[in-house]
Amino acid sequence: MNEKTMTAEEDLRFEQMLAEESVCTKENIVFDRTDTLIDTNMHYCPGCGHGVAHRLIAEVIDELDIQKDTIGVAPVGCSVLAYNYLNIDMNGAAHGRAAAVATGIKRVLPEKYVFTYQGDGDLAAIGTGETIHACNRGENFLIVFINNGIYGMTGGQMAPTTLPGMKSTTSPEGRDIVTMGSPLKITELIAQLPGTYYVTRTAVNSPVNVRKAKAAIKKSFEYQKLNKGTCLVEIVTNCPSNWKMNPVESNKWLEDNMLPFYPLGDIKKPSN
Amino acid sequence: MKKEFRLMKGNEALAEAAIRAGCDAYFGYPITPQSEVLEYLSGEAAKRTGMVVLQAESEIASINMVYGAAGTGKRVMTSSSSPGMSLMQEGISYIACGELPCLLVNVQRGGPGLGTIQPGQADYLQAVKGGGHGDYKVITLAPSTVQEMVDFVGEGFELAYKYRNPVLILTDGALGQMMEKVLLPELRPRKTEFEPWGSTGKTPDRERNVIYTLSLQPDVMEQWNQRLQAKYRIIEENETRCELIDCEDADYILVAYGLVARICQKAAHIARDKGIKVGVFRPITVYPYPYAELNKIADKVKGFMTVEMNAGQMLEDVRLAVNGKKPIEFYGRQGGMIPSPEDIFHKLEEKIIGELV
Repeated sequence: MNEKTMTAEEDLRFEQMLAEESVCTKENIVFDRTDTLIDTNMHYCPGCGHGVAHRLIAEVIDELDIQKDTIGVAPVGCSVLAYNYLNIDMNGAAHGRAAAVATGIKRVLPEKYVFTYQGDGDLAAIGTGETIHACNRGENFLIVFINNGIYGMTGGQMAPTTLPGMKSTTSPEGRDIVTMGSPLKITELIAQLPGTYYVTRTAVNSPVNVRKAKAAIKKSFEYQKLNKGTCLVEIVTNCPSNWKMNPVESNKWLEDNMLPFYPLGDIKKPSN
Repeated sequence: MKKEFRLMKGNEALAEAAIRAGCDAYFGYPITPQSEVLEYLSGEAAKRTGMVVLQAESEIASINMVYGAAGTGKRVMTSSSSPGMSLMQEGISYIACGELPCLLVNVQRGGPGLGTIQPGQADYLQAVKGGGHGDYKVITLAPSTVQEMVDFVGEGFELAYKYRNPVLILTDGALGQMMEKVLLPELRPRKTEFEPWGSTGKTPDRERNVIYTLSLQPDVMEQWNQRLQAKYRIIEENETRCELIDCEDADYILVAYGLVARICQKAAHIARDKGIKVGVFRPITVYPYPYAELNKIADKVKGFMTVEMNAGQMLEDVRLAVNGKKPIEFYGRQGGMIPSPEDIFHKLEEKIIGELV
């Protein structure tokens, strides 16, 4: 990538130009920040999928006009500060407990939209019990599951979803499935439970996949309104920093390695 | 209105009191000797008030459901017994840090480990000194009768909302299992109004409400801690409660809480029948602890004996309160054993009276 970055002087001039005689008018703007996404710098690493995933949730909330009726649950992990970016009421759960916290919220406020946003360590390791039982009870909320095959926040340790042979700081020789177990496909696992209604795997590595991920999130909120049961949208994504790649390389690696193991598409589709 | 008396088991009376306190939700997990709370609520509550009652997959899930539901501002509770309370400590730390009101109940059994299902008081230090990680306090009420198991539910919710802090009813397996006559409170409506801080959905007229417990900036986290500590000082100043039984003319004081305080009253009667003036000092709040009240008594008496169903946990607070003014002895039973009034009297004679005469 050789994109020329603007100098501070050019940047200032550009701002002035916009202010003086804006070429960006309400009529011709085709892309802008969506209202529910807070206008602030994110702490995520360049190229990380979290930012896109956050934006998709914010866009869906705005399109469905449910900001005033939505409560989100943030996990522990890289997205521990998700509540700094979404302009909705939120609740920061203890590590792995988001599904239990969401259960508590949804049970006392059944008319509200509730979702959790959880990484693979949070959801599929320490939170396995809460995840499975919330799904088994068919708790009527959405779980957005970010799977990048690694612990991001703590610095690149092996996750339950780390691929066989994949290197991490705690599997420096690559994940040995004999001693470390195989990657846990928890999405397929919870799709077996009668309480789940819609279970799908998406990605945000390409424009087409981003659009599909957004459609899955939107459908899940619509099912929630109909009290259909638990919906889970897995988003397979990258972790450039801990995969030790640049963003472009990490997306390529995701396509070559993650997606063959974690194939995209609906795992459990509503029957009607 | 006609007063409603009933003969009830402690755990069931507490559950009935929860329904009548307008509790919005109960999340719990079976464990002896407190399962009757969950059973009673599972049978009656939803039909009578529409209260949410959910059997969770673990105590860890229960307390985190409480955290989520309490974050909406609703009146929420859970109950458990010793091993289950240990599992809940992480969640209680989050609830205290997030300053959420809720009611917790520990129907203690003997430990450590799986221990026993018989009554115990060995979770005292866990309850009053924090229990989980970080500096926090849980207002802790120690009932000694089934009537107090009932009364402390309503009072506990009041305190929880007054200070936005978790409140714990620290009781034991004997009080939970025994039947006594209780006066039941009138039914209070469930909570319909939202708290201004509750995470209930951001309406256009207010900023978003976020329940969280994290700050990556140490100076901000220190200020947060200082705010909590300032609140705890106010609680200590205003909410300390104790009962002094025959202490005015007493030469010796038995210090005990909960069930053991009742047994100590009988021991004091035995002593008085023999012409020995014994009183009982019963802390009702064990956090905040009635240090000043106990210290005051120390000026007038010859000595103290602390009696507990553990190896001497509240003893540490008694020593802090008496501050070396008078001798303090200890008598404790463990592993689910309950001291008898005679045992207590004999130990008092042997350890304190005999030594001082």
